[in-house]
Amino acid sequence: MAIIDVKNVKKIYNDSEVAVHAVNGIDLSFEQGEFAAIVGPSGSGKTTFLNMLGGLDNTTEGEIVIDGVNVSNLKGSKLINFRLMNIGFVFQAYNLIPVLTAKENVEFIMELQGKSKTERDKRAKELLSAVGLGERINNRPNKLSGGQQQRVAVARALAPKPKFILADEPTANLDSKSTENLLDIMEKLNKEENITFIFSTHDSRVVNKARRVITVEDGKVISDVRK
Amino acid sequence: MKDLKMAWRNLWRNKRRTLITVMSIFFGVLLSIVMGSMQEGIYGSMIDNVVKTYSGHIQIQHPDYEENKNINNTIFESDGLIDSVLSIDHVTAAVPRLKNFALISSGEKTRIGMAIGISPAKENNLTGLKKWVKEGSYLENGDRGILIAKNLAKHLQAEIGDTIILISQGYHGANPADLFPVRGILDFPTPELNSLGVYMDIETARQFFYAPKMMTEIAVLADDYEEVPAIERKLEEMFDSRYNYLSWQELSPELVQFIESDKGSGVIMKAILYLVIGFGILGTIMMMMAERRREMGVMVAVGMQKIRLSKVIWFETVLMGIIAVALGFIISIPLIAYLTANPIPITGEYGEAYAQFGMEPVIYFKMAFSVFYQQALIVFAIILAISIYPYRVVRKLNTIEAIRG
Repeated sequence: MAIIDVKNVKKIYNDSEVAVHAVNGIDLSFEQGEFAAIVGPSGSGKTTFLNMLGGLDNTTEGEIVIDGVNVSNLKGSKLINFRLMNIGFVFQAYNLIPVLTAKENVEFIMELQGKSKTERDKRAKELLSAVGLGERINNRPNKLSGGQQQRVAVARALAPKPKFILADEPTANLDSKSTENLLDIMEKLNKEENITFIFSTHDSRVVNKARRVITVEDGKVISDVRK
Repeated sequence: MKDLKMAWRNLWRNKRRTLITVMSIFFGVLLSIVMGSMQEGIYGSMIDNVVKTYSGHIQIQHPDYEENKNINNTIFESDGLIDSVLSIDHVTAAVPRLKNFALISSGEKTRIGMAIGISPAKENNLTGLKKWVKEGSYLENGDRGILIAKNLAKHLQAEIGDTIILISQGYHGANPADLFPVRGILDFPTPELNSLGVYMDIETARQFFYAPKMMTEIAVLADDYEEVPAIERKLEEMFDSRYNYLSWQELSPELVQFIESDKGSGVIMKAILYLVIGFGILGTIMMMMAERRREMGVMVAVGMQKIRLSKVIWFETVLMGIIAVALGFIISIPLIAYLTANPIPITGEYGEAYAQFGMEPVIYFKMAFSVFYQQALIVFAIILAISIYPYRVVRKLNTIEAIRG
C-alpha cells in the first residue's frame, strides 16, 4: 500500500507577467521502504515538488495524500503538526541550529513532540551512534565537518520516527568520501529499518544507490524507473 | 513554563548575541537613569538655593500674615514651640524671624526696605547668611548692629561703621525709630535679596518693634524637599489651625513656574532620549532576528508551531530586557551615589555665566528611588513595545525563503 499518493499536482507561480508552471501535473505514489531519487536539471521543479511533498509549500492544483491524510487541505498549525509527526527533512545546507550541540539538535524535534527527557536523551545518543557520531554528541555544528553535519541532520530527521524522509540534494555540499559515507548510512537505515528515503539530487552516486529513479523535466515526470 | 525555560536556555546558547543585546538595553537604562537623576538633582539644587538662601522649605506664620503682612499678625514664641517643630522627622532646622517694612535712612538718603530680625547662629545654620558678608563682620547674638544688603548700602552710601536710622510701625501701634551701626555688607547671588533690606539680631528687633517674644515666621528646613508635604501634615496634626503653613512652592511661585516649564521642555528631551534608546534596542533586535532567520525557518520546517516560536522569541526579548534593566539598576546605584556625593563642577565661561545668574556652577545629581524605578519602567515598557517586532516577524515567516537564507 502506498504511503504517499500524488495526484495531478501543479505549482504555478504568478509573480511575474508570465505564469511559471514549476510543477505541471505530477502523478506518483511511494511505498513504504522505498529508496527513491528524483533527478532532473536545475529548474526542472524537483525541489518545488519535494517542498510540496513535505508540506512546506502549497499545491496550486491536485492533491497529496500521505498515509490517508490529504496534506493539500491542511493549513497553518495543523500542517506544521503533521510535518512534526510524519516527515523527516534533510536539507542541502544541513540547516542545523547553530547554537545547539549535535545531541540537542537531534533532541529538539522530540522536545517539540513532547517526549520525556530520558527518552530524548536515549534516542538522540542511539541515532548519533548509528550515524557514526557517538563521540561528537556535544559538538556544535561549527565544530563538525560538512559530512558530519549532514549525518547529524539525518539523525535529526530520524528522531521523530517519521513515515518518510525527504532529502533535498543532501550530498551537494559534500566531498566524495563524506557522500559515500552518508549514502551508506542512509542505505543501511533503509534496508535494516525499512525507512523510506526520497531524494532530489543531481549526484550520480545517489542515483546509482537509489532503487527507484524518477526523472523530472519542465515540471513533469518524464521517466520513473525501478531497479 | 516550558517555553520560558526554552527561551532562557536559548539566551545562553549564544552568549555573545545575548550580551550585545543586553548591553544595548543596559546602556539605555543607565543613560536614562543618569539623565533623570541629573534633572532631579538640578531642580533640587535650584530649590535648595532658594530655600537655603532665604525662604526655608516651610514657613510657619500667623493665619492672617500671608494676607496682611502686618507686625500685629505675629506668633508668640512660647516655650518649646521651636523644639516641637525640630522634633518632626526630616526637619533639620527651625529658625525664628521677626520682620517688618521700615524706612531706612543714612544721611539724606532714604529707602523702604525690610528690617529682618534673626537669630544669628541659627539663621546661619539654615541659610548660611554669614557667607554672604563681603565686608565687615557677621552679627553676634544680642548684637545692636545691622547687616545691610549691597544694593541698599550703595544707594544709601552707607559703609561699615556708619549709622543707619530705622523708622517703622511697631507692635500694636507703637512708632519705633532708632539708630543702628552697620556691622557688615551682604552680597547675595540674587538682585532681589541685594535690595531687600537689613538684618539685625532678633532680640534687638523685638525691642525695636516693641514685640517681645514675637515672630512673624518660623523658617523650617527639611533634609529633602520631597518631605515637605509630610512635614506640613505633621505640623497640622500638632498645631491644628493655630498657624498658617506655607511650603516653598507657595513662598516661591516663580521657581515652581520655572521648574514646571523646564519639565515641559524636558519631556521633549526625554522623548528624544527614549526614541534614541528605543531605536538602539530595536536595531539590535532586528539584527538578531535577521541573523536567526534561517534557524527559525528550520524550526518551523521541522515542526515547531509559529505561535510557540513567537512566544519563545518574545520571552527571550523580555528576559534580556529584565536582565539589562536589573543590571542597569545595579550599576547605576553606586554610580549615582558617587555623582550625588561628588557633583560635577562647571568651570570656565559656562561656570561664570551660571554664577552671574546667581546659580551654583555645579551639576548636581539626585539619589532617589523614584528616578531609578521610573526610568527602568519606561525602558522596560519600550522593550515590551519592541518585543512585538520579533513576534510579528515569526508570525509572517516564510519557511521556504527562510531556509534558503
